[in-house]
Amino acid sequence: MTPFASIQGPLALLDRNNVDTDAILPKQFMKSINRSGFGPHAFDEWRYLDAGELGMDCSKRPLNPDFELNQPRFQQAPVLLTRANFGCGSSREHAPWALLEYGFKAIIAESFADIFRANCLKNGLLVLTLDKPVIDQLFSAAKAQPGFAVDVDLQACTVRSSLGMLDFVLESSTREKLLNGWGDIELTLKHAAKIRAYETSRRQEKPWMFS
Amino acid sequence: MAATLYEKLWHSHVLHQDAAGESLLYIDRHLVNEVTSPQAFEGLRAAGRSAWDPASIIATADHSTPTEHWERGIEDSLARRQVEALDSNIRQSGALAYFPFRSADQGIVHVVGPELGATQPGMTIVCGDSHTSTHGAFAALAFGIGTSDVEHVLATQTLAMFKSRSMAIRVEGQLPKGVYAKDLALAIIAKIGTAGATGHVIEFLGSTVRQLSMEARMTLCNMAIEAGARAGLVAVDQVTIDYLKGRRFSPQGPQWEAAVAYWKTLHTDESAAFDRTVAMDARSLRPMVTWGTSPEMVVNLGGRVPDPLSEADPIRREGMARALRYMDLNPGTPMSEVNIDKVFIGSCTNARIEDLRVVAHIVRGRKIASNVTQALIVPGSGSVKRQAEAEGLDGVFLDAGFEWREPGCSMCLGMNADRLEAGERCASTSNRNFEGRQGMGGRSHLLSPAMAAVAALTGRLTDRLESVT
Repeated sequence: MTPFASIQGPLALLDRNNVDTDAILPKQFMKSINRSGFGPHAFDEWRYLDAGELGMDCSKRPLNPDFELNQPRFQQAPVLLTRANFGCGSSREHAPWALLEYGFKAIIAESFADIFRANCLKNGLLVLTLDKPVIDQLFSAAKAQPGFAVDVDLQACTVRSSLGMLDFVLESSTREKLLNGWGDIELTLKHAAKIRAYETSRRQEKPWMFS
Repeated sequence: MAATLYEKLWHSHVLHQDAAGESLLYIDRHLVNEVTSPQAFEGLRAAGRSAWDPASIIATADHSTPTEHWERGIEDSLARRQVEALDSNIRQSGALAYFPFRSADQGIVHVVGPELGATQPGMTIVCGDSHTSTHGAFAALAFGIGTSDVEHVLATQTLAMFKSRSMAIRVEGQLPKGVYAKDLALAIIAKIGTAGATGHVIEFLGSTVRQLSMEARMTLCNMAIEAGARAGLVAVDQVTIDYLKGRRFSPQGPQWEAAVAYWKTLHTDESAAFDRTVAMDARSLRPMVTWGTSPEMVVNLGGRVPDPLSEADPIRREGMARALRYMDLNPGTPMSEVNIDKVFIGSCTNARIEDLRVVAHIVRGRKIASNVTQALIVPGSGSVKRQAEAEGLDGVFLDAGFEWREPGCSMCLGMNADRLEAGERCASTSNRNFEGRQGMGGRSHLLSPAMAAVAALTGRLTDRLESVT
């Protein structure tokens, strides 16, 4: 995983609650056995006017002008601002893969679904929550000023903008992993002896679980 | 010290905890499907690793497999490649059991695991699928994970995670006739919302839950994820123990007694405290149905489409208006005036033998309505299919005009050929009514198998069984 650097840039706005992972990456693209190639299909059924299939060239497909993220001012925006319960539904990690490839490096929301949040952090996509009144202020400011930008600093756990400096909270171990780009598996395998010891005693106490 | 069931399960699996509270949780059972595992096996190979404990793995192909014309194999080349990748990965890694495409016990992994006794109380069970919460019905700590965590479990037999908060949902009283666990699940989600249990593990308690069969408890825990919960749980009782006795992977001989003695400790202690408690009265429940594009958009089947103007919060109001546009419904319309095009009876929520028996009881000797263009019944597993056929249910379904398919996830998520076309409206026993979930532009109304059967007969959403006689 690449170490997370601080992110500066405009906000893209998706002013809705309950954006589910089926919407972020529809099921027909989950037939891929790769980790990449999902970016052009992020939000496929909202983003394009035609039906999308895996492997098609998306550069010539008709864009849906009513889909918020298709607005020219949101292109290249590295930070997504949205509402409550973002990423609910299916556990598909294809959703964060698609969002990263689309170009988002951080998502700010009122709340995230548990599995989606874990999946994002595993891939170095920073998901951070702020209180609803603060989210309301960010939406108002970003709607009023095209190009409204934020500076997300993971070292300091702050989001800076023309509205001032906002603090966010992230578990210290998660923050450290992101900042250093550490992979979970390598970290866990440092405890391999503990895992073996646990397993040995569990096999003795509850042998039926191992057959 | 008094502990909740969740605390007992959690603490008995933590083998390491860091200063910030992040814990390594030992994983007893790993369910593997074809859609969320190929990239994990690829990562494992690329790092030169192998599966830590192959005997923890139960694998099957369920999401992208066809449910008809099995003699033709998998005609969709992308789906075939995915299923072949699973074949090859499991051949390499090994597994406690693998049920490949077309094998006798293939089926939805959340139906197969329990019916084989591979889902046991006190286990941690994970799968790259959010509906892994189903297995919590057995007092197992069971939850969905992403593909990176699938790889993590393959490589280390553990997961690194933080403890969730605990929520008790206490349901008392007898469910009225015609009201099922599915209605209870939808009523709970309507009450607390799809993010109501985010960050929590739910335990379902109370006299209503104790009276439910294992199948019904699985339906309830299955939908816990739709309330945002990390997992759903039901404590062990005699119903659990009776269900498990004699199944293929259940403990045998002297092991059985030892296991049962342990299982009987898997309940919340009397004085243990939950972070949050919700109370429900089962006696007041009616058959439920979703009207919108989120599982929290629920009304009584006898009710009406709600009016966004009644919602004070502007974001929620716009969400409701958007859902009504997508669903092509108007505020105030009685749900019973909503005609349907298709019926789907299946999914890890409602494709067990008990569900099929309820449907057969209702449709026996009757015909589906002429405006219903397709009515699918997709059993949850090969074993469910065989049992239904042994009871003659397949004949009942076929006579009524249903299609009787091979097992799989099917139209719940439409990864295979079973899907809604744009504009089609479906009465569905599955778990998600998101935009496009069952097919791009398709409109889903979630309900119980009984009410899906009634809808098939009347051609519209209908709240009373009597209306078909």
